[in-house]
Amino acid sequence: MRKGVFGFPPASRSNLTRFMGRHMHQLATAGGSEKPLLALRDINMTFGGVRALKNVSFDVRPGEVHCLAGENGCGKSTLIKIITGVYRPADGASIEYDGESYSHMSPVTAQDRGIQVIWQDLALFPEMSVAENIAFQTVLGRWPKLVDYNRMRQIAKDALARLGVTLDVDLPLKEYAIAQRQIVAIARALVGEAKLVFMDEPTASLTQSETDHLLDIVRGLSASGVAVVFVSHRLAEVLEISSRITVLRDGALVGVYPAAGMTQSRITELMTGKTFDQQVRAKSRDGQPVVLDVKGLSRPSQFEDVSLTVRRGETLGITGLLGAGRTELALTLFGMLKPASGTISLEGKPVHFSSNRDAIRAGVAYLSEDRLSLGLIQPQSIADNLVISSLDKVLSGGLLSEERKRSLVARWIGDLGVKIGLQQDAISTLSGGNQQRVAIAKWLATDPKLLILDAPTVGVDVGARAGIFDIVARLAESGLAIILISDEVPEVYFNADRVLHMAQGRIVGSYDPRTSSLADIEGAVYA
Amino acid sequence: MNAIIERVKTVLGPEMAGPGLAFLAVVLVFGIASPQFLSAATFGSVAFQLPELGLLTLAMLLPILTGGLNLAITFTANIAGLTLAWVLQANGGADAGPAAFMLGSVLAILVGAASGVIMGLVIAFTRAHPILVSLSMMIFLRGLGEFLTRGGDVSGFPAFIGPLGHGSLLGVPVPLIVFVVCVLAWHVLLTRSKLGFNTYMIGSNLEATRYSGINTRKVIVLVYALSGAMCAIAGIIMLARFNSVRIGHGESYLLITVLACFLGGVNPFGGFGRVIPVFVALVVLQLLSSGLNLVGANQHLATAVWGLLLAGVMVLRFVATKFKISFVRKET
Repeated sequence: MRKGVFGFPPASRSNLTRFMGRHMHQLATAGGSEKPLLALRDINMTFGGVRALKNVSFDVRPGEVHCLAGENGCGKSTLIKIITGVYRPADGASIEYDGESYSHMSPVTAQDRGIQVIWQDLALFPEMSVAENIAFQTVLGRWPKLVDYNRMRQIAKDALARLGVTLDVDLPLKEYAIAQRQIVAIARALVGEAKLVFMDEPTASLTQSETDHLLDIVRGLSASGVAVVFVSHRLAEVLEISSRITVLRDGALVGVYPAAGMTQSRITELMTGKTFDQQVRAKSRDGQPVVLDVKGLSRPSQFEDVSLTVRRGETLGITGLLGAGRTELALTLFGMLKPASGTISLEGKPVHFSSNRDAIRAGVAYLSEDRLSLGLIQPQSIADNLVISSLDKVLSGGLLSEERKRSLVARWIGDLGVKIGLQQDAISTLSGGNQQRVAIAKWLATDPKLLILDAPTVGVDVGARAGIFDIVARLAESGLAIILISDEVPEVYFNADRVLHMAQGRIVGSYDPRTSSLADIEGAVYA
Repeated sequence: MNAIIERVKTVLGPEMAGPGLAFLAVVLVFGIASPQFLSAATFGSVAFQLPELGLLTLAMLLPILTGGLNLAITFTANIAGLTLAWVLQANGGADAGPAAFMLGSVLAILVGAASGVIMGLVIAFTRAHPILVSLSMMIFLRGLGEFLTRGGDVSGFPAFIGPLGHGSLLGVPVPLIVFVVCVLAWHVLLTRSKLGFNTYMIGSNLEATRYSGINTRKVIVLVYALSGAMCAIAGIIMLARFNSVRIGHGESYLLITVLACFLGGVNPFGGFGRVIPVFVALVVLQLLSSGLNLVGANQHLATAVWGLLLAGVMVLRFVATKFKISFVRKET
């Protein structure tokens, strides 16, 4: 089912290999002790009194895959923006690139000299065609200032062919899934004769097999002499793809390490300065009463014949690839989608929700996977985001009481250990981990019996994830029934009492973390 | 002392800075330019001119806070005014009694609210853009009004209605009292009621508000219904002030209400904005036109100056934000 996600016809992968072969001579010295392509020294950057970078040095060798690792806020993006000329570092910095020295870069110089960035949001135009997206910069810069669509199409086809990918260059980009858009962004970078490509979280929204294809492409780029700086939260692929790893913490350089011999837990320690010891938390909850009982639930083309139970105090993990129907199932339990058939019972009583308001009243809470646009109202205050779903609790004589609101918010902020400035600060000013804690508090304030957590660690730093799961464990211990949905198998493995594997809308496997190994479940999910 | 300033700041909010400064500037400039400016006469003229524009601005404010717009406000006001006029004429015209006036006013408010409910339902259920929906309503109401009145004035109302437009109670103009009551009602609605809370949330992110368990459709319908009802109150005041109803009355106010909202610090994309700064912005606009009048400028020039004022405030706000950002920007 997942074959050919990038539009690879079976033959085109050999295309990529041929391309790699042609440029192999350039690879010969990559990773050796030759002169670096890029060398930064004494980089300092201050934003309004906050030192974002402190005396950072950073080297990239020609044709290597170099990983830049660190938690959110550690200075990775600032460093990339200095290299690409968006920011100007403090005086005393030296930037050497491809044989020339600069005190700072400008965006135009950086592009002209072959430095390209693929930002996480890709910066593409969904309404425009694939060809336009790939070739517009090259074509528009030329005289006469008329658009030559044939040339554009040819440039796009050539760039995609270099990656060994076939896409219809005339289709609007929005017709393609995120994985193919990623490829389009890479193709655009290549049109500009890139020597150094930065990729910011390129795999964040890709499934495992799509990620594998992307990593193949990155290897191909590297083999052709293009240096790739890879920024990713997923440490497994960081180890798989890169030859060296530079770790930043709080704006300072921790060190540069060869990838060989590194482990995920060691990188996490370096990034956070803390040690983590993950253990399976699963327990049997068989004696507890059943809170949620789902039988034969179906919604055509989304999920089929799903039956499951969650007991008081139990954390049920659901994992599977994106598109497996996990979120649709959760939204159905939350009353925002209607099932075509099957039954949902809460504490033994069958329920029929006509909206999520009914579900919330019945004690179901749903933490959205999309915190930025569905989970929280980003421009509004921390306090308002926290009370929005339980406004009745802050009424006094029918009117909202600032006093009650403040004390309710203060209680939850304290209880969940959220670090905030003022309650009326916009929620967008908080880090991902703290935002997620507020989102959890918002639902706990509704006194739920069942809490559905859909991908609760998306956009949350490695260090803050453990804190979120500590809260989840505590909530379960207090008797809440929890459904934990994640496409990162280790998360459900270590934090759930039982794990269900969902694929193509069906539950295809059930595991007990105490008797199954992580590798077993990962093997089944990523097969 | 600092604590007091902080307290005043939190009560007034950041939206107050623009209109507050504009208010001081206008009072200062015209106070110096014309000795008659700081007088009871100025107060009187402002007090009588403020309510019509002010009530219509309140009607515009709620939809803007949800991220929408109500372009039908002036025609809703006049259709509501026609409703009242029709009830009065059916009950003896100039001889109609207070009971007929009461009945007519209630009907007028219901008609205004109905116009809002229809727009609200269309916006909430079809997700059509409020500009298009309210534009359709505006054109429909204008056509309907012109058809009903043949494009002319409807007049001949009982004398006791007059004071509602130009009478005074204990020295305070009656329309001003009506307006201030409405301002306070809107202030309480927006700061203390669930509906007000949800209005702001919808203005920032409708889907996230829906995911939080808020009946967003109900909120939108109520918001436009209240907007329509407020138009009707404006329509009743206009009827009393002009002693006539004409479908085109106050048409030029339509975009001025939008200007007053933005001058009062309301976010044009919704989600943020408070009633009191908008009130101050309205006072500034009226003071400005009265002041220009006093120094002998053509009254049409006042409108031009209003436009310049708004543009100036936008530029200042941009500069202020930019200045602030360079101090607080943090990198992730």
